[in-house]
Amino acid sequence: MDPFITALVVFVLAVFIGFEVITKVPSTLHTPLMSGSNAISGITLVGALLCSFADSFFYVGVILGFLAIVAATINVVGGYVVTDRMLKMFLKDKK
Amino acid sequence: MLEKTVTDNVLTLIYLFAAVLFIFGLKMMSKVPTAARGNRVSAVGMLIATAATFFALTGGAAISLIWVVIAMAIGGFIGLRMATKVEMTAMPQMVALLNGFGGIASLLVACADYARKATAERFVSDVLEVLGTPAPAEDFVGLTGTSLFATGLATLIGGVTFTGSLIAYGKLQGTKWVPDQPVQFFGQKPIIATLLIVSVLLCVVMAGTPGSGVNGLWLFLIVLMALALGVLLVIGIGGADMPVVIALLNSYSGLAAAMAGFVLNNYALIITGSLVGASGLILTSIMCKAMNRSLMNVLFGGMGSTSGGGGSQVTGEAHESSPEDAAIVLEAAEQVVIVPGYGMAVAQAQHAVKELAGELEKRGKRVYYAIHPVAGRMPGHMNVLLAEAGVEYDVLLDLEPSNAQLPQSDVALVIGANDVTNPDARTNEQSPLFGMPILDVDRARTVFVIKRSLNPGFAGIQNPLYFLDNTRMVFGDAKKVVTELANELEGI
Repeated sequence: MDPFITALVVFVLAVFIGFEVITKVPSTLHTPLMSGSNAISGITLVGALLCSFADSFFYVGVILGFLAIVAATINVVGGYVVTDRMLKMFLKDKK
Repeated sequence: MLEKTVTDNVLTLIYLFAAVLFIFGLKMMSKVPTAARGNRVSAVGMLIATAATFFALTGGAAISLIWVVIAMAIGGFIGLRMATKVEMTAMPQMVALLNGFGGIASLLVACADYARKATAERFVSDVLEVLGTPAPAEDFVGLTGTSLFATGLATLIGGVTFTGSLIAYGKLQGTKWVPDQPVQFFGQKPIIATLLIVSVLLCVVMAGTPGSGVNGLWLFLIVLMALALGVLLVIGIGGADMPVVIALLNSYSGLAAAMAGFVLNNYALIITGSLVGASGLILTSIMCKAMNRSLMNVLFGGMGSTSGGGGSQVTGEAHESSPEDAAIVLEAAEQVVIVPGYGMAVAQAQHAVKELAGELEKRGKRVYYAIHPVAGRMPGHMNVLLAEAGVEYDVLLDLEPSNAQLPQSDVALVIGANDVTNPDARTNEQSPLFGMPILDVDRARTVFVIKRSLNPGFAGIQNPLYFLDNTRMVFGDAKKVVTELANELEGI
């Protein structure tokens, strides 16, 4: 089977899981959910790493890969840290 | 070769484990008590996926390893600095920027992958062919039709997300070069449609001719068109519609990552990207429903570009009141509902509001906060600000519980909210807001509206609430008035 087909199956099923998991989120958590899921979409970092470790050395690819890692790391680190900051605020009264 | 297969299998299993952690993390983030832990669970998933990739690949080129570490250090430093320095009031801009970084990362990954596979010589031959010197038609290594189609789509979605987010950032930040008002010009929609159709066609062309050397040029054109599309799409949308835009861009950033996953045939990216795409789409639809508008109407309706269109012609006078009088009425009240809006965020009045609520509670009054889903500039904007001020989340009421409480409330205190309280949405079929679910503040016994002036709100729609018999206007800056109110109340 074409690996693309397998990938498509995974994609469609994952979209459904996403819908199932996210419905019924109280509006209080909408912002953290957004920034938190945004941090998750920084998974592109894995893709950027895979690109940058390429064996062939061609400048355009390397430069693009370098920039991709920078952008994706900002996304991941910034997203998780800012989400954590927000969610701690929601909990501080309960401590 | 065998060793490589083993590594690949182990890596994929680790990605699967990370994906499971992401799903659990997201699930935990749907309840307040477990949300912070959920975020950390998902962060652990990310750490595992990244670290595994890193170590699986360090066996490769040593030179690139240094650059990879440097790139991660730079990104980590910037991300950490942004996340720790940002004010809670600037959170919509921050979320917009982060979406943008996600988008550009996916675009860069797709393009880097193309550049890698089409080798250096091949790239030169691209140029030669464009110049009229056809290169020998040999198959490119690893560049299949489907992967090229995905490359095009990842580039397209990533590019739109990037510039769209930058424009959204500009609008939210209030920079001079991006107006808060929707910018619409003649021919904008046809241009958008043309760019969109042509760039998707180019993806198809690339997919149809995987061996062609011109694909590099097509990809470059897709990049340019995607960047232009992002600008054109968001520049036409007004500040008040930003909650929808941000949720949609959030969804796009996930979709772009999923497309990059198709490019690399990497399940970690596909699963995770589609999770985020789905969650962003759900938020987008919640926001659209809360405004009773279709996504198309939000994206292309240009609400607010026309002034006062279709609003009810209000005759009569607004009753003005002072903080002193308002404090006396509040003192006599048993239940008070506070209705915050974007004006509270602009005036940074959330701490003053919390203090006022504290004064009221000290006097044995019940205080609730009625929060409309689209109040502010992003989903959940008001909740974040009030949480920062230390308001407990269980007194923050959604639309329906708010409307259950409002008729039994003695005072509704509207602080910087406008369109979401407009009774025309219920009764006036001519109003552009008609059909939008609103907070029924007019059903409270007395309504105090804290507002700078009687000017219609952002959308240019007059609010008849201000002219009702049970409404009192207190003019002034939200923070200043609320502080005065609290002081007056203390003095009674």
